[in-house]
Amino acid sequence: MTASAQKKPALTVNGLVKTFDVSAPWLNRVIERKPRQFVQAVNDIDFTVPAGGCLSIVGESGCGKSTVARLVTGLHKASAGEIRFAPGRAGAPLSAQMIFQDPYASLNPRWRVKNIIAEPLRELKLRNTAAEVIERVEELLLTVGLSASDGEKFPHEFSGGQRQRISIARALASEPEFLVCDEPTSALDVSVQAQVLNLMRRLQDELGLTYLFISHDMSVVRHMSDRIAVMYLGRIVEEGDTEELFARPRHPYTQLLLQTIPNINAPRRDRELATGEVPSPLKPPSGCPFHPRCPIATARCSVEVPAVRALANGTRVACHLATDKPASA
Amino acid sequence: MGEAEKAVIDVRNLKVEFPGRRGTVTPLSDISLSIRAGEILGVVGESGAGKSMTGLAIQGLLERPGRISGGEIWLGDRRIDTLDDRAMEQIRGREIGAIFQDPLTSLNPLFTVGSQLTETIRLHLAMGKVEARARAVQLLRDVGIPAPEERIDHYPHQFSGGMRQRVVIALALSASPKLIIADEPTTALDVSIQAQIISLLRRLCKEKQTAVMLVTHDMGVIAEAADRVAVMYAGRLIEIGPVEQVLHAPRHPYTQGLMASIPSLGARVEKLNQIDGSMPRLDAIPTGCAFNPRCVSVGARCLRERPELIAVGDGANACWLNAGGTA
Repeated sequence: MTASAQKKPALTVNGLVKTFDVSAPWLNRVIERKPRQFVQAVNDIDFTVPAGGCLSIVGESGCGKSTVARLVTGLHKASAGEIRFAPGRAGAPLSAQMIFQDPYASLNPRWRVKNIIAEPLRELKLRNTAAEVIERVEELLLTVGLSASDGEKFPHEFSGGQRQRISIARALASEPEFLVCDEPTSALDVSVQAQVLNLMRRLQDELGLTYLFISHDMSVVRHMSDRIAVMYLGRIVEEGDTEELFARPRHPYTQLLLQTIPNINAPRRDRELATGEVPSPLKPPSGCPFHPRCPIATARCSVEVPAVRALANGTRVACHLATDKPASA
Repeated sequence: MGEAEKAVIDVRNLKVEFPGRRGTVTPLSDISLSIRAGEILGVVGESGAGKSMTGLAIQGLLERPGRISGGEIWLGDRRIDTLDDRAMEQIRGREIGAIFQDPLTSLNPLFTVGSQLTETIRLHLAMGKVEARARAVQLLRDVGIPAPEERIDHYPHQFSGGMRQRVVIALALSASPKLIIADEPTTALDVSIQAQIISLLRRLCKEKQTAVMLVTHDMGVIAEAADRVAVMYAGRLIEIGPVEQVLHAPRHPYTQGLMASIPSLGARVEKLNQIDGSMPRLDAIPTGCAFNPRCVSVGARCLRERPELIAVGDGANACWLNAGGTA
């Protein structure tokens, strides 16, 4: 077991399942004789987030990573399984807050920034007097690198990076110990992305935050996280220590993901990749969900769903063929 | 550039203005670039830097009241910035193909991909129905769509995102244009699909000797696809040169900062290099060098005078550091 796995978990998730009903309306079903239809957005996943650490969930669009973020923060209700937060500083289960992807859509354009940030303070009655609320708002603005006078402005007066700082200040207002970040930098330019990532790392150190980080960008994930979970069609296919996962990916899907990231230092250029596409989550393949794209699939893969196994180095992998010895990659 | 006679597209000192109630803003000024046949020029920059607008200006698609207020655009040996709308319609699709970011909105959902392809082919090339359909099938095969004879009669919604973007590329290629302007062609796609589309674009460009202007904000895409790179900042071209040079030995402080701020897949660092501040708004571009408020090596001259693009080696950059000092 690696050091980070021995730390006390801040969040433990067991057998989490989320099924969405995507059936056609009742009358259409009767007339066209269609059955009800369900999507298994999250399919029996387990993970833990170590206290003070950062677990990232990566995967392509539609793999269920954002659904996990919403389940953890209670924006969706789980169909089955268990989400358990460890006791926080006050003894009660630690509180979670969320930072969303699009800083243009997640801030109310008609509210002044000071009111956006003060809303959780007022709503949860964390400060008693108006003066205390103002003081706390100014403190939060300074924490995220804005100036106290910015509170009087409206969101449209800020650039994308500054807006994301406002979102972070709002998330921090209720003094959470756990932050769920759903693609917090995907809508930002690279030079600004670096500012926001640095800010998030600094806040993690200063405030002792635990992050659940959702992203599709492997280089951002590598920078931010201690552990990484790779999702494919609602399942976790590999979970392990960041450095280990990048150095020795065990699951063929992780290998494919790492191969296809544009690499500035070693561009692929004229090599054409036959990587296939993600199947529809409405009709997931039988057996291992990855087998139609897998270069090493055997007959067994198309029948039997691989169970998640722990390897000697602490990596957990869901593949019949993965071994303790790394594949020739 | 010395190879001006071989250039498919040659933009010289292009300037675009949008007159408004509160004065005129200049989203593009002094843009000079050229692309040769079979070459991919990557155009990078942050949102609002003017990279998409450069593409639109070349295609004559600037929205009113925007207008080209200076400079020249040459397509081969024909000047196209002075042409009227009707003449530009003849050029768009026929000589300049376009690929946009979102493959779902660039295809008409009510027509089969075959009818959209044959319509474009017959509009620009003198071909009969049967001949045009055969060409459409061939185009779909070229862009790597399996079973094109069957897929040609399908509607856009029956294709996946990556396959749809392939159809859009086929559409852009339908009249064998000399120049393709691809505006963020892979931004809406997943990484594993993105890699396929980039290599497809590269292969087609080399095979058909098409000049490609690849507009993107993603340095990774540039590294994989482009032959030369143009970096834009606040409506100006600040550095241009061969891809290895601009990415690995950039001369302009902005490009240097940009490259250093990208999280690396190699070694993990404690703190990413960051460029403080953000790009100025177009109505508040500082005097002198537009980058001076964020620049680490700013000098007195940078606040006074605007640096011109000056050729250094194979490339060119606009910075006083490389043109006699910032004092």
